[in-house]
Amino acid sequence: MIDFTKIQDSIPYILQGIPVLFQVVVVAAIAGMIIGIVVAALKITKSKLLRFVGHAYTAVFRGTPLILQLAIIHFGLPQLTGYVTTGYQSAIIAFSLNSGAYISEIIRAGIQAVDRGQWEAADALGIPYMKQLRSIILPQAFKNILPAIMNELITLTKESALISTVGVLDVMRRAQVVGGEKALYFEPLLFAGFVYFVLVMGLSLIGQQVEKAMRKSG
Amino acid sequence: MEPMIQVTDLYKQFGKLEVLKGITTTVGRGEVVAVIGPSGSGKSTFLRCINLLEKPTGGTVNVAGFELTKPKANIAKARQNIGMVFQQFNLFPHKSVLDNLIYAPINVLGLSKEDAVKRAEVLLERVGLSEKRDNFPNQLSGGQKQRVAIARALAMEPNVMLFDEPTSALDPEMVNEVLDVMKQLAESGMTMVIVTHEMGFAKEVADRVLFLDEGILMEEGSPIELFDHPKTDRAKKFLEKVL
Repeated sequence: MIDFTKIQDSIPYILQGIPVLFQVVVVAAIAGMIIGIVVAALKITKSKLLRFVGHAYTAVFRGTPLILQLAIIHFGLPQLTGYVTTGYQSAIIAFSLNSGAYISEIIRAGIQAVDRGQWEAADALGIPYMKQLRSIILPQAFKNILPAIMNELITLTKESALISTVGVLDVMRRAQVVGGEKALYFEPLLFAGFVYFVLVMGLSLIGQQVEKAMRKSG
Repeated sequence: MEPMIQVTDLYKQFGKLEVLKGITTTVGRGEVVAVIGPSGSGKSTFLRCINLLEKPTGGTVNVAGFELTKPKANIAKARQNIGMVFQQFNLFPHKSVLDNLIYAPINVLGLSKEDAVKRAEVLLERVGLSEKRDNFPNQLSGGQKQRVAIARALAMEPNVMLFDEPTSALDPEMVNEVLDVMKQLAESGMTMVIVTHEMGFAKEVADRVLFLDEGILMEEGSPIELFDHPKTDRAKKFLEKVL
């Protein structure tokens, strides 16, 4: 039967996985955002070659499983480069590259959803392209894309459980360790599920608040 | 009259569709030209070719002595000199009225914020919207938006103003407040090209009227010539419908 008292003493150990998880998620989200902006910029340029590069990047990272990308970076790449990355480093690289692909799609769609008249008005005033993008288009696009970015952050938080496969001691991995020690899997895994659920709910709540605040500002 | 806009043999094609078929005309400094014609006649495209929002397929466009159609022309630079007002206003929705007016003067012309604000305040006064300076576009009526849009274009102190059906998206009771601002602008000596369906306004304010049909400049003349004594059948038929 289910008996959580049996893992009581292991709960702090599992909870210590939260900061580990967040380190990966926060760094990957920031790096993914930067990659996403750059790749989105490639996708909307006039150059066919650059557009191709942008779309190819997205296609590759959206078209293959994240766990495979992580495995290739962690286990495969050292064979080529001779440089062995820690699980934590591999996780950051894989998650950044992967979420960069998704975020670039979100940003591209957000930019293209801004009324064409905004570009034209800026063009007619002689505003240079980069300033148009930065001051006129992106602030408007940002409002459209914020909910989707929050979603991506939530996905990232959940998918971060994959880092357990490269030996990073996150919540998931710790739950498995406890399970192995006590020969008792249901309770620690259920508890880990509860932790992820609470984190995701928290993020959703923050997202809703931010959206509300943005809507108020016109 | 010193020429301000010279358009020579202007062609524009969208794919296989020929929208402009060789338009040649000159607009003098301080002249007010109304462009009329049935929908689909190419009048908006003609206007948008003057500041190269549409890239002409053939022909040349000269504004204030600068050829926009020559290869590698600095079009952004030329556009600083050509104000444009759109049917859908196209104000920047995330910027206040004042910020709409000062953004380009500061970021394109390099004005100090202080000077740009001074300039904007004078213009808002002129279009009767001083008290709206801190409002956002979505808090304005259509007529107010369009007056702000005119002020925004004027904030660049252009030599030429282009109007693309500036009152077509407005409720009828707001048309006049915009036309009044334009009339005032015409009287101040601004060179203006106006694509419009407001025949009464064209008749009253324009120095010259161009009648476009199927991408051809069918007829041009003073408002009296064109409205009261049209020469071509096309113009006659069109005017019968709209007057």
